[in-house]
Amino acid sequence: MALVDENRLDDQAFRMSEATAGDFFALLKPRVMSLVVFTAIVGLAAAPGSMNPLIGAIAILCIAIGAGASGALNMWYDADIDAIMKRTAKRPVPSGRVQPGEALSFGLVLSVLSVMTLGVLVNWLSAALLAFTIFFYAVIYTMWLKRWTPQNIVIGGAAGSFPPMIGWAAATGSISLESVILFAIIFLWTPPHFWALALFKSDDYQRAGIPMMPNVAGEASTRLQIFVYSLIVAPVGVLPWVLGYTSAFYGIAALLLGAGFVWYAWKVYRMPDSDRVMKPAKALFGYSLVYLATIFSLYLVDAVVERFLTAGGI
Amino acid sequence: MVSLTETQKKARRSRSKAIGFALAALVVIFYVATIVKFGPAILNRPM
Repeated sequence: MALVDENRLDDQAFRMSEATAGDFFALLKPRVMSLVVFTAIVGLAAAPGSMNPLIGAIAILCIAIGAGASGALNMWYDADIDAIMKRTAKRPVPSGRVQPGEALSFGLVLSVLSVMTLGVLVNWLSAALLAFTIFFYAVIYTMWLKRWTPQNIVIGGAAGSFPPMIGWAAATGSISLESVILFAIIFLWTPPHFWALALFKSDDYQRAGIPMMPNVAGEASTRLQIFVYSLIVAPVGVLPWVLGYTSAFYGIAALLLGAGFVWYAWKVYRMPDSDRVMKPAKALFGYSLVYLATIFSLYLVDAVVERFLTAGGI
Repeated sequence: MVSLTETQKKARRSRSKAIGFALAALVVIFYVATIVKFGPAILNRPM
């Protein structure tokens, strides 16, 4: 009997886990989740009508958990390439702290739990959108597009663009042009944001065999495409004002922020081939984060102020 | 008999706490949502 027990202990399949709660939390990609939570809050708060704040908080929590679940599924599937890239080698699965099967189960359980809770407690349209987002990120982007085409983050960017639309759907039970524009801002912002990163991390992506745009089409083509996308995202950022959804306060600020985006993208476009430090690309990457955070903050402020003024009858 | 190392015990304790917290949060969420959705009418039903 003692011999059997001893054999069991030596067997890797029976190895007791050393994963802490923190490791499982890291599987949820908390930094990505914070952006998801923020944009979902904007969609939910900007939507017309009133929603019980407690139900609103539950909706945001479900969206956050759903986004985290898709992150866990992504880390389960991508453990092989994560181990190769410096940026991702310390993640829980490639570092061995969490077993692949644990990450998969964790992701699947949280996916089902977040979608069902959102459906039962809020509404089924937002739950369906959340389910689609998880599927899109885990299956369409992670399993298919990411290793197949340099357009991976262009199409896959849709997954990160859905949260404000889910927030809107949670509040209203519908989808409107306004929420589609919020989707479009993130969708069009994603390529220049990630390609700026891919420019100065191209060696990492090359080693892992991921077909990012700089590795496939070359840096010159990527720089041009970044600039073209900046020319599209800047006016789309102003659209909510043009269509009368927001005040001039948002419109003018979005115009200036968009002009800044084009300016930083222009500097990337003009970056010489010999530049290996790539300061303009790093600057654009940093600015793109500021751009998205600021434009959504302004949208939120504009919506809240307008509601306050309307409610106050001023 | 499996005897855990100190690291394994610490990790298990950390996971147990997180699971406990998550389950408690789930109970609170469904309790609060039920009250919010039904309101005082939750007590007003035929016996």
